[in-house]
Amino acid sequence: MLKIIDTAVPIACWSCSIGHNDSTLFCPHCSKIQPPPGGDFFQVFNLQRAFQIDLPTLEHEFHRLSRKVHPDRFARAGEIERQWSLADTALLNDAYRTLKDPLHRTEYLLKLEGAEIGEEHAGKDRKGQKDPSRVPADLLEEAFEMNMQLEEMRMARKMGEEDPQLLADLQQAKKKFEGLFGAVDEDLRAQWKVWDAGDSASRLAAQKTMVALLDRRRYLSNLVRDVTETLGA
Amino acid sequence: MAEGRVVGIDLGTTNSLVAYMQGDAPVVIPGVDGHNLVPSVVALDSVPPGGGRPTVTVGNTARKALIETPERVIYSVKRLMGRGIEEIQSELKLFPFRLADDMEAGEVPRITLGELKFTPPEISAYILRQLKRNAERFFGAPVTQAVITVPAYFNDAQRQATKDAGRMAGLEVLRLVNEPTAAALAYGLDRAKEGTIAVYDLGGGTFDISILKLRDGIFEVQSTNGDTHLGGDDIDNLLLAIALDEIYAEHGVDLRSHPGAVQALRKAAIDAKIALSTEPVAKFDIELPNGDRYQREIPRDVFELLIEPVLSRTAGPCKQALSDAGITPEQIDEVVLVGGSTRIPAVRQLVDDLFHLAARGKKPHVELNPDEVVALGAAVQADILAGASKTTEEMLLLDVTPLSLGIEALGGTVARIIQRNSTIPASATEHFTTGVEGQTNVAIHVVQGERELAADCRSLARFDLRGIPPMSAGLPRIEVKFLIDADGILKVTAREQRSGQAAKIEVKPTYGLTDEQVEGMILDSFDHAEEDFAKRLLIEARNEAETILSAVDRAPQSPAWAQMTGEEQSAIAAARDRLQSVKLGEDAKTLRDATLALDQATRRFAELMMEAAVTTAIRGKTMNAADEELGEAVTAPHPMAAAEFK
Repeated sequence: MLKIIDTAVPIACWSCSIGHNDSTLFCPHCSKIQPPPGGDFFQVFNLQRAFQIDLPTLEHEFHRLSRKVHPDRFARAGEIERQWSLADTALLNDAYRTLKDPLHRTEYLLKLEGAEIGEEHAGKDRKGQKDPSRVPADLLEEAFEMNMQLEEMRMARKMGEEDPQLLADLQQAKKKFEGLFGAVDEDLRAQWKVWDAGDSASRLAAQKTMVALLDRRRYLSNLVRDVTETLGA
Repeated sequence: MAEGRVVGIDLGTTNSLVAYMQGDAPVVIPGVDGHNLVPSVVALDSVPPGGGRPTVTVGNTARKALIETPERVIYSVKRLMGRGIEEIQSELKLFPFRLADDMEAGEVPRITLGELKFTPPEISAYILRQLKRNAERFFGAPVTQAVITVPAYFNDAQRQATKDAGRMAGLEVLRLVNEPTAAALAYGLDRAKEGTIAVYDLGGGTFDISILKLRDGIFEVQSTNGDTHLGGDDIDNLLLAIALDEIYAEHGVDLRSHPGAVQALRKAAIDAKIALSTEPVAKFDIELPNGDRYQREIPRDVFELLIEPVLSRTAGPCKQALSDAGITPEQIDEVVLVGGSTRIPAVRQLVDDLFHLAARGKKPHVELNPDEVVALGAAVQADILAGASKTTEEMLLLDVTPLSLGIEALGGTVARIIQRNSTIPASATEHFTTGVEGQTNVAIHVVQGERELAADCRSLARFDLRGIPPMSAGLPRIEVKFLIDADGILKVTAREQRSGQAAKIEVKPTYGLTDEQVEGMILDSFDHAEEDFAKRLLIEARNEAETILSAVDRAPQSPAWAQMTGEEQSAIAAARDRLQSVKLGEDAKTLRDATLALDQATRRFAELMMEAAVTTAIRGKTMNAADEELGEAVTAPHPMAAAEFK
């Protein structure tokens, strides 16, 4: 099931041995497919680092590159060509998946720029997420209250009881927190603009704001998920 | 040397098919019996007199053995592919799979068939070998490369088991293609469509839903979901269980101890199910071993109530797929129905409700035969992979992985590293370190699934990173790269970054065969030898000649014979004499040409016979049923596929 593939990167073209620029997908001399070029996801699409990108152009470029490097184009090629086609396409897909999604793109670029982002693996550390230093101050009180209500709800459910008032309160709270997403996203988009246009000082400030906004967003989505799960159970 | 053709294979739970691209259209290659569908049934003949290994038969011949020697026959083996012993307990209750009695924990299940034991990939390999032979007979040339379809929701182990089966059958599997995606390819070929389509695929044993975006020849899967143990089989089992219970209650006969009778009853249940797609009522009428008759009517509304719980299990995956794709039902432009079970009117109604079709003045696509569309799509993908075809050069399929990939973290939780519905190939890089001074091994457990705890997910493999240079705890930095390839199968590489050494990985797949085991199970490896191939072609050509000659010998007894002109009759006689004269020759091509000539000469006769049959006794029945009903008399010259000799 699991096979080992060699990921050693040759310096010169593996096929014709002529040296070439590392960022090319195909050898300029013999046209053979090359190992994944170095660089970040933006470079895969020949883009400058930016938070705002044109999605239709990105998709078009993704399709154009897919046609060139996809393993389906190398199904009957030699072992090495198939191997690099696989690696190149995996990189292309990973890059596209990350850049097309606004949140993933934001996190990715912030990390590229050296910002520290709260570890986010969906499913990992759910309960440990409530690091108090990361809880947005203005949400502290309401979040605390909602967690109490959730606990009450779970207890009531265990006893086979249903408290309509509690249910209504929780649904109300959920609605409110859901409503806050819009504001966070709007703030994020504003910071994108600042960063994309700004000098290094304003970029640093924008990065800091964005990290805080992402924390806030993650916190909100955890709250909403907790309610959804409890109410749905 | 010109490369051989790449064929497309639908390896189904109930039926299997092989297709290829004929010019710019995919066509299914019929078997020797003229049928496109090869039942996925494998039977072991009795031990030949004097001992030796019994031969294996596949398809319709094997299906006939189901009632006479059920202990030597296996069907629906796809349900067992890539699964462990503990996982198949529920299947064992519903299907007559007989596990070998010397099974050990962790072993790939082996099924007893007569005197012998086979793993599920071996059984599938026999089916694949039959399809390969059908294609070789059709082309008159060896076939060694194929695209095989799998349910989109198949996990890593089920995919690997399918690839193993291909290898055992002597086929290089160029790609595993997801069945619903293949169906979309078949539909997308003739009209340059744009838009978002949903493929609802309810087959014999599996259910898939896939949502795709079509644009400029690119078929980009947005999301997929499904259930690998849900299909027409479940409906058959419901009907069967009711009949068995009623027979026991009303006649005091426990048929469960008569495997042959259960199979006869199962066939009756399937017939009833099929009839209910077009008729308001179906009937059971079975003679029991004690001479009683079990007679029962099943009205369609009762049937629909009965199967509702099965059908409604398809709704959840559809809604999840829509949500994962981030769209509403209204944004689906077209729905394609695939799989024999989508002929059931209640299924069509459910699909209509799920995607709000009628309300939007739309109808699901059923233009292509739902039993064949997956194989046709596989042929299109085979053509894409073979390259150098004008029809498909602009087409490209971008599929996704159906299940998230994760690794077990501390406390038994899952750290997800590749999310479901990621376009494949996809990769993720993770870093690991040691927890103890001088530790040289790190154990990693890879799982597939959406649950929070590793124990609730599907265990894929456990492996050890070995040969880590001894360092202080936490100092080594081992980079592990997980890559899901274009077949949806995981590959892993690792490297210790501080020493630059590639860490050794010893992978122990949780389910599945090792390379060596697969190697040892390769069916008759002499299959490739040219002289064997020629010999086999000759034998097959002779068998075909015999079949058609005996049919022609019986022709004058048929009333249709009198409708033929004298000229037509003598043309048949001439072609028959010609075939008789070359029958014992050594040249397969001459023999086939003469067979083909006789087949053509008798074509009108065959049509006359079919017409007479269809217009009288059996209106409304399928050709297949007509065949069975008319028995010997209709053994009309079978339709021969055009051979392509070089």
